[in-house]
Amino acid sequence: IGPPSPCPLPSLPSPTLGSPIKREQKRIREAAVAIKIMSGSGRRITDEEINELVSKLQSLLPESRRRNTGRASASKLLKETCSYIKSLHREVDGLSDRLSGLMATMDSNSPQADIIRSLLRS
Amino acid sequence: MDSKSSACSSPNPNPTLGPSKLMLAFRFLRALSLVRRTTPASSRTCRGRRIERAAYASMAYTAGASRAWSRAVLRRLHHRARRRAVAPRRLSTTAGNRAEALRRLVPGGGGMDYCTLLEETADYIKCLSMQVELMQGIVDSASSYGP
Repeated sequence: IGPPSPCPLPSLPSPTLGSPIKREQKRIREAAVAIKIMSGSGRRITDEEINELVSKLQSLLPESRRRNTGRASASKLLKETCSYIKSLHREVDGLSDRLSGLMATMDSNSPQADIIRSLLRS
Repeated sequence: MDSKSSACSSPNPNPTLGPSKLMLAFRFLRALSLVRRTTPASSRTCRGRRIERAAYASMAYTAGASRAWSRAVLRRLHHRARRRAVAPRRLSTTAGNRAEALRRLVPGGGGMDYCTLLEETADYIKCLSMQVELMQGIVDSASSYGP
């Protein structure tokens, strides 16, 4: 799969979808930038700064996993994060397999436009 | 990358489908149709592996070259085409071995300092879950489509 060529985006109806992930991502980026600015050549990164990044990671975990950790130590949180990443990898693996199966049964005329539209509606 | 930066800088007060989600969807669906066209209909597992690679490639291209993990993913995908053997990565001693397990899971994690690793992990998780959400959505709509 080569690098994609630029394509203009058609105008599509925009459904309302919450994106708290984007806000969190922005906060994480700001925290990391702040840490990088503050950490000059001689300055060590403090535990507090690391803890802030780690707690931002915790906020990315799904509810069920967050309950497991609660006010946990950083190492427990990292373990939970590792477990979460592994489960996401497994999901990609499983979904790829399902898509492969569905592709085999899909009618050759099945319009992908319909799929895109239904995706954007949900 | 001009179109992407202008899309990201415009203010988005409504919680809608973000520009990166849309880009991801277009990239992945385009890759899916390519897989369908180029893979023989009989080889289900081969097609499955190609779909999986398309997923990671779409993720990485959408995240862009500014992320260490996306660069590592694309490196891995392109090198795979040339040789099967994966060279064992030497864990950099200056980066330290803190969060060793996490470094193995996040692409490119071996050569990062701890702070960068945490930041990259956060972005990687965000993009991974977006990709999973997308694939689940496609499976759901494809399953309900038809007779």
